[in-house]
Amino acid sequence: MSTARKSSKVTPRMRPASSDLLSERELRGIIATVLRLAKVTGAEETEVHIDDVNDALTRFANNAIHQNVAERGITVSIRTVVDSRTARATTNRLDEDSLRAAIDSSISLAHRQPRDPRLLLMPGKQNYRPVRRYFQNTARITPQDRARAVRRACDLAIKHGQVAAGIFSTGLSQSAIGNSRGLFAAYRETHSAFSITMQEPPAASWAKANSADVRAFDTQRLAVRASENAHRAVNAREIPPGRYTVILEPAAVLDLVGFLFYDFAATAVADKRSCLNGRMGTQLFAKNITITDDVYHPLQLGPPFDGEGIPRQHVQLVDRGVPKSLVYSRRSAKAAGKKPTGHGFPLPNEYGEAPMNLVFSGGDSSIENMIATTDHGFLVTRLWYIREVDPYEKVMTGMTRDGLFLVENGRVTSAARNFRFNQSLLEMLRNVELLGPAVRATGEESFEMVVPAMKVRNFHFSEVTKF
Amino acid sequence: MWDLCTLSLDTARTRGATYGDVRVMHHRQRDLTTKNGQVGTLAQSESIGLGIRVLASGAWGFASTGRLTREGVSACAAQAVSIAKASALAKRRDVVMAPEAAYIDSWQSPFRKDPFEIPLETQLALLLAADAEMRRVQGVTLTETDMQFRKIDCWFASTIGSRIHQRKVISGCGIAATSFQNDEIQKRSYPNSFGGQHALQGYELIESLDLLKHAPFVAEEAVLLHSAAQCPEKTGTLILGGSQLGLQIHESIGHPIELDRVLGEEANFAGTSFLTLDQLNHLKYASEIVNVVADARLDHGPGLGTFAYDDEGVPAQCTNIIKDGAFRGYLSNRETAHLIGLNRSSGTMRTEGWNRLPIIRMTNVSLLPGSWDFDDLIAGTDDGILMETNRSWSIDDRRYQFQFSTEIGWEIKGGKKIHMLKNPSYSGITTEFWNSCDAICKFDHWTLWGTPNCGKGQPMQTMGTGHGASPARFRNVHIGAAFSNQ
Repeated sequence: MSTARKSSKVTPRMRPASSDLLSERELRGIIATVLRLAKVTGAEETEVHIDDVNDALTRFANNAIHQNVAERGITVSIRTVVDSRTARATTNRLDEDSLRAAIDSSISLAHRQPRDPRLLLMPGKQNYRPVRRYFQNTARITPQDRARAVRRACDLAIKHGQVAAGIFSTGLSQSAIGNSRGLFAAYRETHSAFSITMQEPPAASWAKANSADVRAFDTQRLAVRASENAHRAVNAREIPPGRYTVILEPAAVLDLVGFLFYDFAATAVADKRSCLNGRMGTQLFAKNITITDDVYHPLQLGPPFDGEGIPRQHVQLVDRGVPKSLVYSRRSAKAAGKKPTGHGFPLPNEYGEAPMNLVFSGGDSSIENMIATTDHGFLVTRLWYIREVDPYEKVMTGMTRDGLFLVENGRVTSAARNFRFNQSLLEMLRNVELLGPAVRATGEESFEMVVPAMKVRNFHFSEVTKF
Repeated sequence: MWDLCTLSLDTARTRGATYGDVRVMHHRQRDLTTKNGQVGTLAQSESIGLGIRVLASGAWGFASTGRLTREGVSACAAQAVSIAKASALAKRRDVVMAPEAAYIDSWQSPFRKDPFEIPLETQLALLLAADAEMRRVQGVTLTETDMQFRKIDCWFASTIGSRIHQRKVISGCGIAATSFQNDEIQKRSYPNSFGGQHALQGYELIESLDLLKHAPFVAEEAVLLHSAAQCPEKTGTLILGGSQLGLQIHESIGHPIELDRVLGEEANFAGTSFLTLDQLNHLKYASEIVNVVADARLDHGPGLGTFAYDDEGVPAQCTNIIKDGAFRGYLSNRETAHLIGLNRSSGTMRTEGWNRLPIIRMTNVSLLPGSWDFDDLIAGTDDGILMETNRSWSIDDRRYQFQFSTEIGWEIKGGKKIHMLKNPSYSGITTEFWNSCDAICKFDHWTLWGTPNCGKGQPMQTMGTGHGASPARFRNVHIGAAFSNQ
């Protein structure tokens, strides 16, 4: 549904970033200071997290920039342990008095709770597999670079009598963790995203991409795609709700299957709030569904360690439709007699862990092929406001948005008014007929994952809206 | 703090800003949770920083920093101006702001008991006791409790001469019991789902909610839901409990009246609104008994949308949104007010923190009480379903078509609640729904509910909003679609 035009990838003028992140030496220095102060304050164990962000976002609407922001911030989060009790205190002030106050606060909170016999000693030094997710080309993007790209997109909208809205964000961030048992891990990444909605009243369409490397996507190509689809989306027909074959573009797949991520947490299963309770090892999904959690996948982002500094493992969650494995924090692993997989959240918390880097195996079907093999169905660009209706059957509700197209006899014949769906994800993943290549997908309802486009039969649209 | 504010504004002016406003904000937060009788989260945090918004070359720029040194603040202000000048590369017209007076003021939200002065042991003991009460009930498989306290200081200054300090104290708590049986998960929460009730109050809010008293009932209902009848799919009469109605107001009135959405400024993310400018003073939004206000004044109550001044330095106001069923007003700011014929902002610019730009937000968007006693409302309903406590919520990006489900329902026959229903849901079109309202309960049943987790903006901001509501009745509503499988 998109047409390539002259490439306009954003390449920054070579100049230093306006404000860089802390160096590893500075990170280690802050951690060493906290550990020193905590030791003399009486903490038996201490863990320090540092988050360091330098982000910027240019927002546009009505064919002009209307918001344009930048943020620079560092937080230091300190967890102490005293007598099998632990608590966390966080500050964004880096002077010794403030760090000492945060340590005192953490120890004071820890002291005033019951002992936790399940609390584990902090982990010692770990080995990490390196990942490269920091690109100078992204770090050096300036507000002027973003504004020029936005201007080109808005000019395109004006040329076609449309109205553009969206964002162009770039940034750099890092996180580090160190503890009193000698563990130290640090990770830095750059990130960039361009999202655009083209409105041709009463229709609209949307396109979005993100990457650690701003050169991985072409902002103007995304604008062209949204513009063309917005034009196709005018004169939408009202079609009765019902069960239909749907072709879900990757963003639509992502925003649905993203709601499954916490079900693979061992703690969620132990708490009996996972849809996988009593279903592990069964043929729950179609045989063409294989899901892994893999932070090392080349299309993934995020640190290769978890909230306690444990290295993330590659975990095969679903093998040809059968849920095989869960992810474990150190605590849930011990309770289950398993090894931790490096997916724990920072302690203390009640949720345990979750896979944050889901990768679905894809197929080789193009969206064009999915359309060509569909007698009667819909092509879905994007979904919106998805919420869980039934946690065990994993029924989700939500709306189609920004481009719903009727497919008849192997081709797109018109736009359609948006539907509400009430659809079980378990049923949906049993009804997948075709898969596209897995891509890094980005939407607005879920964090980014690697998922394919899907052709799904019997998708349940329950009601229709007015546009 | 005022020195930092002055320095940043002076720097911005020197660099070419024609307007600027700055917020130094200090957030303190305490979070406590329990799960299955064990402490879950136990954390305290503080964050202090400065955010400055400027107009330069007719366009906006914003920058923020946690580095509160003279060098850090000056650099931040200069960066904001530089960003504004970059914005001007893609502007269509210069920003024009409605006039506003300058204010020198200091305000603190009233509270009786500072939650940060209450011993942590007391707070944890209450949560663990409520957790234990719920776990006494056989069939409960998961118990959860939470408390959250925030203290926010904001020093606001602008180039028109305002210097306003505000301190807000916010408290919240809730409990929930979950039961997994026979391939079904059922859950009950008190006093509301998704974190409970939150308000601009001190620890007195927690004490007033009497978690211990309600814990056994919450747990028992979670278990009983398994054996309850399934809510049928039909078109019929619906009575909504106050907290669910609060969320209905939030989604189908509060968001559509945000003027930035109406004007397309949220088109890429939060969406737009069916309330186009031509609808103002023309649309029959609701039945004649429906009156809705957006009221940020303390007179309205200690809501999450209560303040003395918004984050643009405009005093708190009460705006008629729906008057006798007619659509009368939007939520506006100094930049958009003139577009609806106003010469002044309605005072709804709010920011999550020092590192976020103020944007138009709900304040307390409330349905004013009606005249019904709740018992009379039930007695006066021959055939209907009462639904209470939200379980899921969803609405389209122009705020027409919605679907909500609740934790529990009750079938009403012949003026009596006759039995419990599980998996209740309802759906509809916003204006059709509100025009079907034929009864609203009186002030005795009215609560100013707090929604602490409203997401909007890019980068995303989470904001607390208030929604006063008492139970109300709606006719000819589509019930049960969420669990139909046609």
